[in-house]
Amino acid sequence: MNQSKKKMKLDRRHNLVGWAFLTPAVILIVIMSFIPMVKALLLSFQTGIGNKLKWAGTLNYVRMFQDTVFMQALKNNFVYLIIQVPIMLVFALVLASMLNNKNLRFKGLFRTAIFLPCATSLVSYAIIFRSLFAVDGFINMILIKLGILETGYNFLVNPTSARIVVILALIWRWTGYNMVFYLSGLQNIEYSVYEAAKIDGASVFQSFWRITVPLLKPTILLTAIMSTNGTLQLFDESVNLTKGGPANATLTMSHYIYNTSFKYVPNFGYSAAMSYLILILVAVLAFIQLKVGDKRD
Amino acid sequence: MIRLKRFLQYLFLTIVSIISVFPIYWMAVSATNKSIDVIRGKLVFGTYFLENWKNLFTVSAVGKAMLNSFKYAIVLTILALFVCSLAGYGFEIFHDKGKDAVMSIILLAMMVPFAATMIPLFQMFSKAKLLNTTIGFILPTISTPFLIMLFRQSARSFPHDIIEAARIDGLSEMGIFLRMFFPTMRSTYAAAMTITFMNAWNSYLWPKVVMQDANSITMPMLVANLTEGYITDYGMLMLAVLLCTIPTVIIFFILQKSFAEGITGAVK
Repeated sequence: MNQSKKKMKLDRRHNLVGWAFLTPAVILIVIMSFIPMVKALLLSFQTGIGNKLKWAGTLNYVRMFQDTVFMQALKNNFVYLIIQVPIMLVFALVLASMLNNKNLRFKGLFRTAIFLPCATSLVSYAIIFRSLFAVDGFINMILIKLGILETGYNFLVNPTSARIVVILALIWRWTGYNMVFYLSGLQNIEYSVYEAAKIDGASVFQSFWRITVPLLKPTILLTAIMSTNGTLQLFDESVNLTKGGPANATLTMSHYIYNTSFKYVPNFGYSAAMSYLILILVAVLAFIQLKVGDKRD
Repeated sequence: MIRLKRFLQYLFLTIVSIISVFPIYWMAVSATNKSIDVIRGKLVFGTYFLENWKNLFTVSAVGKAMLNSFKYAIVLTILALFVCSLAGYGFEIFHDKGKDAVMSIILLAMMVPFAATMIPLFQMFSKAKLLNTTIGFILPTISTPFLIMLFRQSARSFPHDIIEAARIDGLSEMGIFLRMFFPTMRSTYAAAMTITFMNAWNSYLWPKVVMQDANSITMPMLVANLTEGYITDYGMLMLAVLLCTIPTVIIFFILQKSFAEGITGAVK
């Protein structure tokens, strides 16, 4: 009787200690994420310059879909999402399954080299790529030397080539990052499964599609959601690699939102409404991916 | 046939590795060359490093930016590691229905795009006079769902016997956390440190919003500003990029192994 009372008291004490341990982190997340989220929602129904705001109903949301620049930015984000993310993920998966080969030599060297781009900051690599692809940049020099071009081609002035440069840069920066997730996932798969498949006469492609892809599904889902999330929020590359140009052909939504809140005459209400569209897109796409990911079981 | 296949595999991996490393190599080489040599495509280290260095320090406040970036990143990393590991430990070791529910709500914050909280945060911070301060820089990212999750996951492998034994020995709960959990979870802390330091050092959008004063400029902002001019001095620019990259590359090489281990723990 006495003992169990004592135990209950101790349990309650532990329970309280537990709450005390997580309180600072939880309070910070509430103040720095959830409250601003609610505030942004309220802001999105207001309009005005700077801090002088008045209620405007759904005006901002209507305006957003008539704003050709924002629609262009939305389209750009989706171009990156649809083209870049699948290429990068497949590429990362192929590289990971190659590096998972036990008999491969120089494994560590390859892995470090391919992962190295992740150590550069987003601003840095954007500027490196901007310089490499400049009219007087390294890529043009090589193309001229090889006789493919006669004079320097301005990659960042043509909408299509500017987008291709952004996509190449994104693939360069993020493939190794995703590869590390796949390599970690592959460590959970018994290597003997592959050896057994090989003895049964399965080709490399067969074991890739029949063993690697299905068993890595949770990790693939994780990376797909992370990449979608990241792509919809692209900012540094748009600002520093192409400056959103030419004629907004590479401008991303976050870049435009930054401009409408801090570069042009600040319109916080309108910016908040546009940022809510990103939030909704992120949530909806994650939901779809989770549903599709579950279905294939 | 098999030999050809193997050869092609090595060839492919070598080409991918070269493409991965080349832009970084080019940046490092260019930092030691004159702008005109960079344009001509010089690919070996030159002797213009000191000139570039002098130019960079004359036209920009690079020393100040380096100091600021180190200050913000170090303070943020220490605080984030403490706050998030404490929470992750709390969520796992003392878990019950209530705490599990709170955890799943917190995970939702992971999906919130920064653009959606940026404007209210800016308004809050300017009202609280936190613009251009270290606190202003670090406050939004001290506590992140990702780090909490990472530490919660690693606390799962922390043996309960140790906790019980320590309790019998009369160690306080905080004492157990600091003296038992902290030393045993070194690889998780290393992974968390790598991620947090890199994110802090590299962050750009939030500093651009909250650090508007020239005195509180960070390295990525300084590098970005250098491209604003009409004519680009590539040697000098690449030196700035190099200085902005060296700290994260060093951290990356020191902690690469434990980073992979920590991620493995999180993926499981």
